[in-house]
Parts: sequence; C-alpha cells; structure tokens
Amino acid sequence: MSHLLEINNLDVKFDTDEGRITAIENVSLTLDQGKVLGIVGESGSGKSVTAKSIMQLNPGNTIYNENAEIIIDDENVIKFTSKNDLKKIRGGKVSMIFQEPMASFAPAIKIGHQMVEQLMLHKTMGKGEAKNISIDMLNRVGIADAEKRFNQYAFELSGGMRQRAMIAMALSTMPKLLLADEPTTALDVTIQAQVINLMKDIIKEFNMGVIFITHDLGVIAQVADDVAVMYLGSVVERGPVNDILKNPKHPYTRGLLNALPDINNLDAPLKPIPGNIPSPLDRPTGCVFRTRCPDPTHECKEGSIEMGLIEVSPGHWVDQCCVNCG
Amino acid sequence: MLCELWLSMSENILSVNNLSVSFDYQENFLSKKQKIKAVNNINFKIKKGSFFGLVGESGSGKTTLGRAILGANKVSEGNVIFHDDERDFDLTSITAKEMKEYRKKAQLIFQDPYAALSPRMTVRDIIAEPLEVMRITNSREETDARVRDIAAKCRLNLEHLRRFPHAFSGGQRQRISIARALVSNPKFIVADESVAALDVSIQADILNLLKQLQQELNLTYLFISHDLSVVAHVCDIVAVMYLGHIVEMAPSRELFSNPRHSYTKALLSSIPSIDPEKKSKAIELQGEIPSAMNPPSGCVFRTRCPNPTHDCKEGHIEMGLIEVSPNHWVDQCCVNCG
Amino acid sequence: MEISSKKKEAYYTATQMQLVRTRFFGNKSAMIAGSILLFMIVCSLFSGFLSPYDPTIAGRDKDYENGAPQIPIFWDENGFSPRPFLHTLTKYRGADTNFRWVYKTDTEKRRYVYFFVKGWEYKFFNYSINLPGKALDFKIPGIAFETHLFGVDEGGIHIFGTDKAGKDLFSRTLSAIYISLAVGTLGVFISFVLSLIIGGISGYYGGWIDSLLQMFTDAIRTVPPIPLFMCLAAFAPLEWSSELRFFFISCLLGLISWPTLARRVRTHLLSERSQEYILAAQLCGASSTHIIARHLLPSFTSYIIVDLVISFPYMLLSETALSFIGLGLREPVNSLGVLLQNATKADVLLNYQWYFIPVFFLVVLILTFVYVGDGLRDAADPHKTK
Repeated sequence: MSHLLEINNLDVKFDTDEGRITAIENVSLTLDQGKVLGIVGESGSGKSVTAKSIMQLNPGNTIYNENAEIIIDDENVIKFTSKNDLKKIRGGKVSMIFQEPMASFAPAIKIGHQMVEQLMLHKTMGKGEAKNISIDMLNRVGIADAEKRFNQYAFELSGGMRQRAMIAMALSTMPKLLLADEPTTALDVTIQAQVINLMKDIIKEFNMGVIFITHDLGVIAQVADDVAVMYLGSVVERGPVNDILKNPKHPYTRGLLNALPDINNLDAPLKPIPGNIPSPLDRPTGCVFRTRCPDPTHECKEGSIEMGLIEVSPGHWVDQCCVNCG
Repeated sequence: MLCELWLSMSENILSVNNLSVSFDYQENFLSKKQKIKAVNNINFKIKKGSFFGLVGESGSGKTTLGRAILGANKVSEGNVIFHDDERDFDLTSITAKEMKEYRKKAQLIFQDPYAALSPRMTVRDIIAEPLEVMRITNSREETDARVRDIAAKCRLNLEHLRRFPHAFSGGQRQRISIARALVSNPKFIVADESVAALDVSIQADILNLLKQLQQELNLTYLFISHDLSVVAHVCDIVAVMYLGHIVEMAPSRELFSNPRHSYTKALLSSIPSIDPEKKSKAIELQGEIPSAMNPPSGCVFRTRCPNPTHDCKEGHIEMGLIEVSPNHWVDQCCVNCG
Repeated sequence: MEISSKKKEAYYTATQMQLVRTRFFGNKSAMIAGSILLFMIVCSLFSGFLSPYDPTIAGRDKDYENGAPQIPIFWDENGFSPRPFLHTLTKYRGADTNFRWVYKTDTEKRRYVYFFVKGWEYKFFNYSINLPGKALDFKIPGIAFETHLFGVDEGGIHIFGTDKAGKDLFSRTLSAIYISLAVGTLGVFISFVLSLIIGGISGYYGGWIDSLLQMFTDAIRTVPPIPLFMCLAAFAPLEWSSELRFFFISCLLGLISWPTLARRVRTHLLSERSQEYILAAQLCGASSTHIIARHLLPSFTSYIIVDLVISFPYMLLSETALSFIGLGLREPVNSLGVLLQNATKADVLLNYQWYFIPVFFLVVLILTFVYVGDGLRDAADPHKTK
C-alpha cells in the first residue's frame, strides 16, 4: 500500500553565525490520500521547517542529511535540485497555505491576476480557461460576488476572505497534497470556525491529503484524522487523533492537554508544563524532553537514552524513552 | 453606619459612564475628514479585587477602551472615574499633577513581549524605569531593593536582572513586562492580550502568575482577550464587545452556561472542542464584521443576527443594556431576537 | 558544537554595542580593510614625522625635478650593506638625450639612509584660522618637532619621485591624505549635526512639522550637486588664505550632503517611535527628553555610525572632484584632488608615470571606508538573511 507522502529519517540543520543548529531530527511521517495529518507543536518544535522541507522552501543555509527521504508519488523529492523538477512539486503536486494571508498575495497586483498566473505556470491552458477555473474556485470557497472579487486587490478583502482566497488559489491547481501552515491562527474565532468547516468540505470533495500544522489542539481535534506531536525538532507521539487526545502516552502531550483551559470544566486549574522550552542552541542530548519531564528515569536524565518511536498500540507510536518515564 | 456607607461607596475601583472614543480619519490630504467611533456609549463598573474580562474580536474596540481607561487615548464623550482610597480621578478633567499620581496606580501589560521591552536596556533598568521616571524612590539602593523584590515575585532571579531582553524567551519577557507594570505598586492593571502571543504551556504559567500576584498584592485586573476559554478560566465577570458596544455582561460561569445574546452564543459555539468525537456545530454568522466607519444604525449586530425581529432589521431599536437576571446584562434588542 | 556556559552568559549580558563589535571582529574582510584604514590614518596623522621633506615649496629639491622614484636598496654589484642606500644621481643634458634633462646613476657613490634624522620643522596641534575680521582669528601655537623617520646625508631621497618643482611626492601624498581626511571629517561632522537636528525634529514630532521639514529637505536634495558646488565654490574670493578655504570647502560639503543623512535619521525615528516600549515609557509619565535620551537615541546609534562611515567616501570623492577641477583646495594646500590635477597632462602620462601614485592611495582609502562601512552595517543588523 503506497502512501501519498512518506517522510523518512529527515534531519534539518541550519548553519548560522552561532553554529550548526538542529531544527528537526529523525522525523518520519506518512500521509494517505484523503486523510488529514495534524502536526502539533509550540514554538521551536520544527513543524514549519518540516512542511517547508517538502517543498524545499527552507533558506540557503539549510543542510539535509544524506539518507533523508521525502517520497511523494514514489519520487524522492528531497533529491530534486533542478528548477524543472522543483516546479513539479511546488504548486504542482503540492500546494501550501500560509498563516498570514496578507503575505500570500502581492499587494500591488490584483488577486485574479495572481491566480491566473499561478495556474498557467503549472498547467498548460489559456488565460480564458484559467480565469474561469479561478472564479469557479472562488465561488466554491464561499466568496460571494466572485467575479467582482477577482478584480480586486488583496487589501480590499477582509482577513477571512483573504484566507479563503488563498485557499482557492492553492486548490486551483488540483494538488494531491495540501500543506496548511497555521491557516487559522491569525483569524477571529468566528471566522476560524467558518474556514475550518470550509476546509473539511473541500478535503472531502477533492480527496486530497492534507498536512495541517497548528498549535491549537481544539482545531486538530475537529479537523485531523491522525496527529503527530512535535517538541524541539522531534516527533514525540504519533497516532489516530482519538487515541492521542483521549489516551496520551507521552508526558509532553499530557502536559499540553492539561495546560489547556477547558471551557466545559471551569473549575479545573491550569497546569503549565514546568520549565522553559530550551533554545535550539541548547538542544538536550538524548531525550529532548528530559529537562521538563515530571518523572524522568536516571538514565534519561543523563541523556543516554536514544530517541525513537515504538508502537504501543495499533497505529499509536510514542518515543521509547518516555514510555518508561511518564 | 458611616463606615458601612464608606465601604460600599469604595467598592468599585473603576466606573465607566457613557464612554465614547472617536478617532479622526482622513484617507489622504484632500479627502474629507471622517470620525470613527471605536468605542460607543460604554457603561460598566469594576469592583475592587475582581478579575474583569473584556472579550471581542478584531474591530470590537476593546484595546481602544483599555487604553482610554489609562489615559493613552482621548475620551470623546462620557467619563472614566477611578476610585482610589483617598480620592477619585476623573480622566476627562484630570490635571497634569493628578495624572502623575494616577499613573502610579494604573498600569498596562502589553501583548507583544518582543516589542514591549527596550532592546538596549538591561532587565534591571527596564523594571526600574517607572520608579525613576515617577520619582518614587530616592536612592539607587532603594530602587534596586524594590526591583529585586518584584522580580522575585515574578520568578526572575538576580542573574536575569543583568541580562538584556534578547537573552529571554517569550514567556520570560512577559514576566519582565509584568514586573515592570507592578513595580510602582499599582492597584489596577490592564492586561491587553497579555497571553495571546505565548505558547499554550507558557500561557497557563503566566495566567497562574497573574492570579497569584492578584492575591498577594491586592490587584484588580481588566483582562482584554479574544480567547474565550482563557477568559472563562481566570475572570470573574466577563463583558462581550462587538463593534464598540458591550452586548452582554455577566459573571463568567453564568455567561458561559447561559448566554443570552446571539453573538455570545455564536462565539461560544465557535470554540473548537478538544473532544474529537464532539464535532462542533458552530453557529455560523453570516457576512463579515461591518466597517467601523459605517456601522449599522440601531442595533449594530442586526446585519449578522441569525434571527432578527422586523423592527430590529429596520434599525429602529436603540441599543442599551438591561438586566435580565441578577448581574446579567444583555443588550435590549437581542433579548427579544436571539 | 557545545557552547560553554560562560560564553552564553557573556552573550546574555552583552550590550548592543558589544554585540556589534563582536560581530564586526568576526568579519574578515571588514577587519582587513579596517586595519589598512587605521594604518593610513595613523600615517597621515604623523605625516610630519614620516616625510623627509616639507611638502610645500619650501622643501623642494632643486637638483631633482621631475625625478623618478628612488627606492633604497640593500644590494648592488658592489656588495651587500645592512643599511639601505641609494645611488647618486647627476643631472645631465646632452645631444644624445635630445637636450632633455635626465638623471644618470652613478653606482659607485653610495648614499646611506639614516633613521631618525633631523630635518625640517613641523608642528603638532597648531591651528590658526584667519577669518575675516580680527575678532574671529584663532591661533593655537603647536608643539614643534624636527625629527623625521628617515633621511639621507647628501642629496635627496624621494621614494615616490618628485614633481615639476622638485617637491617630494611621498611627503605630498602623506599630507594630502591628512588634508583630505580632515576636510571629510569636518564635512561629515557638520552634515551630522544638521541632519540630527532637522531629521530628529521631523521624525520625533511627525505631523505637519514633519511634512514641512521634509519638503525643505527634498528641495535641497533636488538641486544638482556639481553645479551647486561650482557656484558656491566660485564665490570664494581668491585672497582667502588656504586655511580659510579649507574651512569653507568643508562647510560646503557638509551643507550639501545633510539631506540624505537627515532622511535616514527621520526614518529610524519614525519607526522606533511607534514601538510599544515607547508607549510603555509614556504610560509611566516619561517626558520627551527622557524618551529621546534613553530609548530613541541608543536605538539608532549603531545605524547612525554606519551612515556616517558610509558617507565618508562620498565626502572624499566630492572634495577630490572639486579640487580636481580647480574649485576646491589649491596650492600650497595639498589634497588628493590637487595632486590628481597635476596628473592630467599627456606629458605626465608618457614620461612621469609616478604622478599617478596618489590615485592608488585615493582608491585604497575609499575602498577601505566602503568595506568597513559595509562590515559595520552587517554587524549592526544581524537579521539579514543570507
């Protein structure tokens, strides 16, 4: 059974003035067609870096490891270097939606023009056909008066509409894989609800694979089928969303759930995770979570346990270190 | 008898009466000047020692309201009265000397921990600045002692005081911001989206810290946020704002279990639930938030209300809060509609 | 790569200036350029000590006009000498040279080079400004010295050759570098003061004051600089002393180039002014003076230093250009432009190529300033992406 996307053993390091910083280490993920994989993490967890690696959008000082594999449709895209090859993935098979909708559109060019230009880059079609597809897409994402909006500039649309327009632009090339990097974080909560409903409908209709990156566990619960929890560059727990949220095995996942204010249980105190997220310059050796784990074993504290995911129940993988600790 | 009267009079720390704040807006040099009413006819009182929450989305006017209370924005109509132990401060007719006193008693914690700290001052200098500017202390030793004291309460140790902001994470910077706000011994703190920019695990930490400091130092908070779950957990009383008006105000338990206004109901249903089996049925509001330059007449919410009465749709009903149950106030229009 | 905790603590407690300095020291090209620049500045400051001859007419060598450079050597066919020496040259004109004066080398007679010799008198710290009107005359008598780094007992030693009048080009070059740098410094200083005031008021207060001052600034900027220079320089009467002329040219340069710097100051101020920490200070009741002194000024000190260093080469070039066309400094005052002016004749190109040596120094001076300025800018703004 071949997956739509397979990431194996991905390491990403950045060469900076302060030295070589490890952004992500030994990340392995799979995604099937028609499913949504949620990646959850806080700042410094490396979730954006992972998504950008799929499209090779990381800055010039990035170093990938030799045996890393990112396989989309049986091709290892991380080895692609030529512009033609990269064009196949960027905007072709894979599309990306970003957090800041204002940053996705060029401010001095009309939205319609950008959508059409994007379509013509990736598919061979005339301008007229591209325009029709774009307007149709704008309609489908729920923008009223699509023809009028097609001829407007980005600043003339509100935040929610801009985000929908960005989704329309990303989907117009019919990608197989959609990367959504915090698409609802900058939106008001009522607009967020609308956009989440929209995305759920579209995913069902287009049967795409989606990687949904966010720090909001509530959004993950509503949208994702599987979830991977990342901390400081490593995947610490992975599995079906029901399992992970109802039955978390890793102390970090548990800590995240405890720290969340639950509107249905106003009496429960908020329990923060003790300590601070270490800076990427200070990445702990061995298990990255050992500096904040509430109950580490002695060997773990020394940093001698290697990280690695083991399957504790069907489909539910946890980092081996914390199976013993937490 | 007199004592009781005096006590009940000083129960409120802040009274806001018919407050409006308008801004002038001129698109370019030659176009007409327009007035935007960011805050429109707001009435509420904050009790001493409470944790008052102000919730709203973008464009609701909550930040403008918070800053107007501190004197950073000019009040156009109505007044804001701060009831201190010795005297009252009326912000519309305050003298420069009184303003200096007021500043010692009311402070602001900002949203963005990265922009709120001067990058070229040490943490010790940042925290000490209010003391120096307001001439609260007389000598360097006294300043240092007070800085150390408040830093310890915010869990910052001596090493931290010598460092510069670039050495700290978001949560730590927010603690420095809090320490700076508290060093002048204020009685009233406006926390403007103070946890919005923080990671979830750090957010809980800062909220606990705020609660702890409230008990230790006898503070009253005005907590502005867009995040309902956070507000539900920490606040006693919550007011919901929409386009410059307060549409509902109630104790937080009451508000979240029994919302009366359609907007509040929509907001609450939009919060995604952590339980994946409970797929949320968000009440979808039609349309977008209207522009503040051209708000709907009558009830501002009528353009998005899922079930407006005929009078309301015409814009005939005036807005105004009425008490539907003890301490639970709703805008009169939507008592009939929603 | 493990970073020790001491280093980390140093990073945490480093002020902005220290961080900038550390980053600058790590930039190889900037450090090399900086060392060369420092070397040249020091040499120019000690030009009196290093020049064997007076760069003015008073120090000319009548026996060696238009002479080629004389490089001291350690070794010739007569053997090795630990003390460097020069061969003697005699002037000779004859039929075989087309009756042009040439110099014949006599390899038998050696003239040894001695160090720390006594020579012409030069002064440190002497300034005299003769402005019109007696009240503004200003004179500081300096400290006189007579020692020079090297010299010969007989004849002359001209490392870069001599010009038409016999003036030593090495001494002239050194003093020219000093004068050019001095004019540049004064010009930058005037421009800096003006732009701080105008840009500062504009940026801090904003509103209509800003619009008004910006209109004024733009008006000055739109005037083309070269015709403006030429007009104003032509106004300087010929009878003015060379020091007065020097002062005048520097002021002119400063007055023409302040708009660019003022605009930068204003931009920095406008962007910093809306930062939240400024609002925090205002909410404490801080006065404008306090905010400017404690928050705004330190925030753009590093940028202003970078701007100043980068505007230096433009000053140098402007002064050189002015002097080159004859409107700036003139004989007897040396500047690189004056020296370059002598190099414009075809005769020079064919026969006296050593006249071009000052060009090399001008190019090196400007390039080092540019590299140092770039290095400083990279060090001050670490958020650039590669």
